[in-house]
Amino acid sequence: MSRLATTYLGLELRSPVVASSSPLLRDLETAKRMCAAGAAAIVLPSLFEEEIVHEDLELDAVLEAGAEGFSEALHYFPELGAVESIAERYLSSIGTAKAQLDVPVIASLNAASPGGWVRYAKLIEEAGADALELNLYHIAADPAQTGSAMEALDLEVVRAVAESITIPLAIKLGPYYSAFANFAAQAIEAGARGLVLFNRFYQPDIDPDAREVVPSLELSSPWELRLPLRWIAILRPALSGRASLAATSGVHTGLDVAKALLVGADVAMMTSALLAAGPDHFARVEQDLLQWMDENGYETVSEARGSVSYAAADDPSAFERANYVKTLHSWSAPQHLTPGSPSS
Amino acid sequence: MTTTASKARPQTQSDERRAGPRWACVDGNEAAARIAFALSEVVPIYPITPASPMGEFADDWAAAGKPNLWGAVPDVVELQSEGGAAAAMHGALQKGALSSTFTASQGLLLMIPSMLKMAGELSPGVIHVSARTLATHALAIFGDHSDVMLARTTGWAMLASNSVQEAQDLALVAHLAALRSRVPFMHFFDGFRTSHEVDKIALISEDDIRALVSDDDILEFRSRGMGPDAPVLRGTAQNPDVFFQAREACNPFYLATPGIVAEMMEALAQRTGRRYDLVEYEGAADAERVVVLMGSGVGAAQEAVETLNAAGEKVGLLKVRLYRPFPTERLLAALPPTVRSIAVLDRTKEPGALGEPLYLDVVAALSEGMDSERPPFARMPRVIGGRYGLASKEFTPAMVRAVFDTLTEDKPRRHFTVGIDDDVTGASIAVDGAFRFPRPRGEVQAMFFGLGSDGTVGANKNSVKIIGEGTEMWAQGYFVYDSKKAGSVTVSHLRFGPQPIRSTYLIDGADFIACHQFGLLEKMKVLDYARQGSTFLLNSPYPADEVWDHLPQEVQRQLIEKQVEFWVIDAFKIAHEVGMGSRINTVMQPCFFKLSGVLPADEAVDRIKQSVEKTYGKRGRTIVEMNFAAIDRSLEALERVTVPAEVTSQHKLASPVPADAPLFVRDVTARLMAGEGDLLPVSALPVDGTFMTGTARFEKRAIAQEIPIWDPDVCIQCGKCSIVCPHATIRMKVYEPRFLAGAPEHFRHTGFRSKDLPGHEYTLQVAPDDCTGCGVCVDVCPAKSKTEARLKAINMMPALEHRDAERERWVFFETIPPLDRDLVAHDTVKGSQLLEPLFEFPGACAGCGETPYIKLISQLFGDHIVISNATGCSSIYGGNLPTTPYTVNREGRGPSWNNSLFEDAAEFGMGLRMGYEAGAEAARVLLERLGPRVDGALAREILEAEQDTEPQMRAQRERVARLVEKLQSVGDGPDVRHLLRLADNLVRQGVWIIGGDGWAYDIGFGGLDQALAAGRNVNILVLDTEVYSNTGGQASKATARGAVAKFAASGKPTAKKDLGLIAISYGNVYVAQIALGANDLQATRALLEADAWPGTSLVIAYSACIAHGIDMSKSMAHERDAVKSGYWPLYRFRPSDAATGQPFKLDSKEPSMPVGEFMSTEARFAILSRTHPELAERLQAQAQADVDERWRYYRQLAAIERTAPPTVDDDPEGAGGTDRDEEESA
Repeated sequence: MSRLATTYLGLELRSPVVASSSPLLRDLETAKRMCAAGAAAIVLPSLFEEEIVHEDLELDAVLEAGAEGFSEALHYFPELGAVESIAERYLSSIGTAKAQLDVPVIASLNAASPGGWVRYAKLIEEAGADALELNLYHIAADPAQTGSAMEALDLEVVRAVAESITIPLAIKLGPYYSAFANFAAQAIEAGARGLVLFNRFYQPDIDPDAREVVPSLELSSPWELRLPLRWIAILRPALSGRASLAATSGVHTGLDVAKALLVGADVAMMTSALLAAGPDHFARVEQDLLQWMDENGYETVSEARGSVSYAAADDPSAFERANYVKTLHSWSAPQHLTPGSPSS
Repeated sequence: MTTTASKARPQTQSDERRAGPRWACVDGNEAAARIAFALSEVVPIYPITPASPMGEFADDWAAAGKPNLWGAVPDVVELQSEGGAAAAMHGALQKGALSSTFTASQGLLLMIPSMLKMAGELSPGVIHVSARTLATHALAIFGDHSDVMLARTTGWAMLASNSVQEAQDLALVAHLAALRSRVPFMHFFDGFRTSHEVDKIALISEDDIRALVSDDDILEFRSRGMGPDAPVLRGTAQNPDVFFQAREACNPFYLATPGIVAEMMEALAQRTGRRYDLVEYEGAADAERVVVLMGSGVGAAQEAVETLNAAGEKVGLLKVRLYRPFPTERLLAALPPTVRSIAVLDRTKEPGALGEPLYLDVVAALSEGMDSERPPFARMPRVIGGRYGLASKEFTPAMVRAVFDTLTEDKPRRHFTVGIDDDVTGASIAVDGAFRFPRPRGEVQAMFFGLGSDGTVGANKNSVKIIGEGTEMWAQGYFVYDSKKAGSVTVSHLRFGPQPIRSTYLIDGADFIACHQFGLLEKMKVLDYARQGSTFLLNSPYPADEVWDHLPQEVQRQLIEKQVEFWVIDAFKIAHEVGMGSRINTVMQPCFFKLSGVLPADEAVDRIKQSVEKTYGKRGRTIVEMNFAAIDRSLEALERVTVPAEVTSQHKLASPVPADAPLFVRDVTARLMAGEGDLLPVSALPVDGTFMTGTARFEKRAIAQEIPIWDPDVCIQCGKCSIVCPHATIRMKVYEPRFLAGAPEHFRHTGFRSKDLPGHEYTLQVAPDDCTGCGVCVDVCPAKSKTEARLKAINMMPALEHRDAERERWVFFETIPPLDRDLVAHDTVKGSQLLEPLFEFPGACAGCGETPYIKLISQLFGDHIVISNATGCSSIYGGNLPTTPYTVNREGRGPSWNNSLFEDAAEFGMGLRMGYEAGAEAARVLLERLGPRVDGALAREILEAEQDTEPQMRAQRERVARLVEKLQSVGDGPDVRHLLRLADNLVRQGVWIIGGDGWAYDIGFGGLDQALAAGRNVNILVLDTEVYSNTGGQASKATARGAVAKFAASGKPTAKKDLGLIAISYGNVYVAQIALGANDLQATRALLEADAWPGTSLVIAYSACIAHGIDMSKSMAHERDAVKSGYWPLYRFRPSDAATGQPFKLDSKEPSMPVGEFMSTEARFAILSRTHPELAERLQAQAQADVDERWRYYRQLAAIERTAPPTVDDDPEGAGGTDRDEEESA
C-alpha cells in the first residue's frame, strides 16, 4: 500500500488530494492532466436543476415564438431532432469521464425541487458515477423561514436521495447552520456517508458605475482553510468514523493538505490553486506532502490523520473560544499569517 | 395488365386488407409531400405561401436521413427563386434523376419558362401546387386557381385534388402517370383550404407505393438521361422548316395520357379501395341541372347536391380531376343524358375573356359532342359560367344552391359571380343565407377564438389528431389567422363525427365555442356563431359567480336567447402558477373534451399527456412536466355559470373607429377590422387597388399587457427609446410652453435640455393602445433612477392600470404640433427623434428589428419619398389590409408606397425613379416655355434652384406653390393644364427601395444588381434578418454559417454572401452597413448620406428577428454584440471624386469578443450545439475564421484609395434631367 493511500466514501484513493468541482473539469483533457499529475479522484462540476429548467424554458420560448399565429409562417424553426439538455450532456460527461479516467468520478448535484434531487441522483447513478456529492447551496433569505425548518428541508433531501441510490452520498455544506455539529450528525443519520466542508458561496459584487449587481468569482485564499480545519477537527472525534470528511476551501499546497489530514480529513479538495497554477499543480502538492511526511516522520497519511483533532490536540480549547485570544496575540508576528506559512 | 404494379398486386393487397390502412391526421401539404419525397431523388425547393410547408417537410425528412423508395435520401436543396428550382428540376430530369418540387402563385409563374422546356422534352417531373391566387390589384396569399390556370398552356398535365385524402392519393397518381406517359404533371389542390386543413386520411404505405410504381417506367426514364457514354443533343434551335412539325410530334403522348391516368387511378383503387376517375359525376341519374367544378369546392357542392336531391330536386355535380389533357370524351360520358342546363364554376378570373377556362373547355367539349355521330344529349344543354371563391373566399352549399336556382331561370346570367355582392356590374347571383343545410348526423362542430401566442391552434391540431387517430371518428381542423404578426387573433374550426367530413367551408354555427381570451369578447362577435343550446367555454379572470357582471350587453343577450350552457375557467392563473406564462393551451384542452363529450375526459387527459410527451419530450422534462401540471389542474378549475334570465350589463361593444375618422375608414376599414369584410359589396372597394394611407392609427388594438411609463425626473432626453421603438409608439416632442394650455391634469412634461432651444418643454409619451409591449425601449434606456436602480426613465407597467391615464395624455400629446424641422439637427439621435414619424403602429412582430429603420427613414425623408417595397415582412406590415402604417404629416404629405412583386422591387423602384425624372423633365420643358408668360423670374428661380437641403426644398415647394397659383390665372391652354399636373415634380423627390434579404440576396438579386449598375438615384434599404422571415425562417444567402434555419436544419454550412462588397465593387455606389442597436448615430448618418448621394445607395441594416431565437425585448443588445464580436461590422463606403480619397470607412471597433460568445446567445446558432455538438463546434470555429478574415480584409479596404467612376448622370447632356442640379452640387 502506498504511503498516501486513503479511503473516502468507501472509495479507495491513491492519495488524499482530490480535484474539487470546478469549471476546469468541464474539459476532459484537463481532467486527464490532473489525474496524471496525481489527483486521486475528481468531483465533476455541479449539475444545477435550475439551469436545466431555465434552459428548457428559454429554448421552448424562443423556438415557439410566433408559432401558429400567422398564416404564412406556422413556425420559424425547422423540425429539430432530439435536443440534448444540460442534464443529458452532464450524464454523458460522467460516462466519458469514467471511461477515460482511472480515478473515481464523483458527480455533484444542486437541484431545486424535491423531485429533482431524487430524479437526477438516480440518473447520475445510472450514468456510472462512483459517488454523488449533493451541493446544498441556498441562501436563507426568507424572513418567515426558521433555521430549523430549513435544516429539516435539507435533511429531507439527504434522506430521499440516500434512499434512492446505492452509490455513496456526500453532502457539501455551507458553514451557516446555527448548530453545525448537530446538523452534521443529523445529515449522517439521514444517509450521508461524507461531509464536504465547506461550500464557498460566491458573493455578488456591485458595479458602482453601472449601479448593477454583478456576479463575481474570487479564488479562495489559503486563510479560508481555517474554517474547515476547525470544524473537521471538531467533527472527526464526534462522528467517530461514521462518515468521511473532506476539506475544501483554501487548500492550495501540500502543507494545506497536511493540515487537513492532521485535523482529521480523509481528503482535501482543491480548486482555486488549480485555476491559478494549472492542472499539473497536483504533482507539486503531492511532492510537498511527501516531503512534509518525511520531515515529520509519517510513514502513511493515516498515521497523521486526526492527530491534531479536537480529541487529540494538546489544547483542544484552541478550536473553541480560546483560540480567539491566541489569534489576537499572533498579530505580533505577522509573518505567521503569510499564506502557506507552515507554522501559522 | 402488364405492369409490374399489377403483377405485385394480389398478394400485397390481401396483406393490406388484413392490416387495414394506417390512419393519420395530416394536412394537404404533408399528404402530398410524403408521396413526392418517396418518389424523388432531387427536390429543388423555394419557399412560398401556402406551399412552403411541403418543401419544409421534405427538408426536415432529408435532414433526418429519411430515405426515398429506393433507400437513398433525396437531395433537397433550396434555390434562389422558383425559376431556379424549376431549372434545377429540368436539369435533374434530363440527367435521368426523378425530381419534383412544390410551389404556388407567383412561384409557379416563375417556373413557366422551364415548365415549357420540361414538357417539350417530355421530362416527367411533378410539381405539387398549393394553388393560390396571383398578385394583381393586390397580393393575396389565399387559395384559388389563378396560378395553375395561367400555367395551363405549358403542356403539363393538370390533376386536381379536392380534399386532403386526394392530395395524397392523386399525388401518387400524378407521379405514376408522369413516369408512364412521359408528360410532366402539375398536381394541385386549393391553398389553405386543402393545403392547411388537417384531416383524417388513410395513409398510403411505402409498400403501396412500391407495389404501384413500375420498375420498367423508372428504367425507361433513366435510360433517357444525358450522359457522355451515349451522347445526345437536346435544346436545339429550329427553323421555320421543322419547328412546327417537331412541336406536333409529341401529340401521341398527350393522347395517351388520360388513359394512363385512368389506369393509374384504377391501380390505386385495386390497391387501396379508394376509387377516382378523371371526371366523376355525382347526383341524380336523371339530373336536369348540373354544376361542374374542381378543387375543394367539390365538398360544399356534394353536400348541396345531396340535400337538394333529398328534397326532390334533380341535380348533379361533375367533378373534374384531370384538367389537362382535357378528357372530353369522359366528360361527355359522365354527364346524365337528361341534363338541360349546366353551370361551370371557375375559381379564377380572366378579365376580358369570353369566360373562364373551365367554362370554355366545357362549352367546347359539349359543342364537339353534339357535333359528333352520337350526340350525348337530345338538345345542347345551356351552359353558364360563374366565378367563385377567389383568394379563399368562402364557398358554401348555400352558394351552390343559389347556382342551381339560377339554372332554373329562363334567362340566367350567362356569366356570374357567387359569394360576393357585385353591386357595380350586377354580375353576382343572390344567395339565401338563411337556408340551413342539414348537418351530418352526430357531427360536432367546435370553434375556438384565441391568440397566436396562447397556443390555441397548436392545441386544436393536437385535439384533431387525438380524435382522428385515436378513435373511429372522423376529424377535421381548419385555422384562420389574422393579418397582424403581433397580438394576432386565431379562429379554429373543428369538426368531428361518425362519417367522413366533406365540409370545405368555415363553421357558421357551432355546438361548442371556446374563447381563450376574455378580451376577444370585446373585439369579435364570438357568440354570433353559437347555436341554440350550445356550450360556451370562456377563459375568464373572474369566477363563475362574478363573470356575468363583466360581460358586454350583447354577449349577455346571446347567452340568454340562445340558451347557452356557459362555463368558465381561469386558465391564465393555472398556466402562470405552473410556469407556462401565457400558454394556456393545455389548460383549455381537457375542458373542451369534457364539455364537448367527444371523448371521455379521463381518456382525453391521458391522450393529451401522451401527445405532450411526444411533442416536448425530446426537449427535456421541464416543459412536459409543466404541461402535465396544467392538465392535472384543468378540470377541477372548470366552473359552470348560472346564466341569469335578464340582461343586466350597461356596457355595449364600441365601434372600432372614432366617429371623426375619414369616410372610407368608417365605411370600409372599420368593417374589415370588425371581421365583416365579406359583407362589403364591390362598390365599396377601389377599382385599381389604391388605398389611402394613415389608417393604422384607427386600429386601436390595445394588445400590450405592459406599457412603458415615463419618469421625467430620470429621463436624460437622449431619444434612444424612440429611435429603437419598432412601432412608433414612444414619441418625443419639444414645444413652446403655450401649447400646454388645456393639458390634462397629469400630463407629464419637463424642461427641454438644450442650449439651442431655451424655454421649451419636453414630453415623452407612449401611445398606449398601439404599443405592443415589446419592451425594447426600456431595455435600451440608459438612465437609471438615483434612488432605485431597477427603475429607468421609462418602465414597463401593467397596461390595465395605466391605459386610461395614458390614453388621455396621448390624445392631448397628439394636439401638440411637431417642432419646426429646421430647429433640430437631423444627424443626431435626439434630433432625428424630434421629427415626426410618417410610419406608425405597424402590425409587425412585437420588437421587430426592421421597422425602426423604416420609421427613421420616414422621419428623415417621409414627406418627399416614394417607396418600392419587395414582398416580405415589410410589405405585409406595410400594406396588408385593413390598415397601413404609412401616414401623412399635417400638410398631407407622406410616403407613397407600392409593392410590386417579391423579385422585382429594385427594377420597379428604378421605374419609379425614371418616371419621376420624366415627369420632372416634362415639367421643366413646360416651365421653360410658359415661364415668360407666367413669371420669368420665378420660373428661372425654380429651374435653377438647389434642393440639397430641407430648407432649400421647402423654399422650392413655396416657389412651386406660387407658380401654381399664377398658372391658374394664365388661362386654360394644354401647356398650363399639363404643367399644373406636373408641377409637383419640380420639387425633389426620393425613391427608396425596401426589402428583406430573401429579396436582396436571392430572388431579387439580379434586379438589385441591375439597379446598382445603372447608377440611378435610388436608395436601397435591405432589412437583413439573415433569413426568410415572412414565410417562416427559411435560409437565404444572407444566412450566416452555422445558423440553423429551415432548409439548413443542421446549420448552414457556407458563409454569408457579402452583398456590400459586391456593391462596393462598382465604385460609385454608396454602401453602408448599419445596426441600430450597436450604433444609432452611425445608422442615422448612413441613411442621410444615402439620401444625399446623387447616385445609387445601398444600406444593409442588421435586423433582429424572432427567427433568430432571441428574447426580442433584448434585440438591441443582440445587435450590439453582433457588432462587438465582428459578426456584423459597421462601415460606410462613400464614393468620392477625390484622387486620393479613402472611401471605405470602418465604423465599428476591432472585434472585442469571440463570435462564439455572440452566437451562443441566439438559439439559431446555439441550438446546433444541442442537436449536432461536433458540427456546431466546427462551424463555430469556421465562423470565427470568417469574422477574422473579413475584419482583416475590411481593415485593408479602409486604407485603399479609390476614385469613383463617373455616374451616368455626370454627362451634362445626359438624360438625368432634374438631377443635374443635385449632382453638380453634391
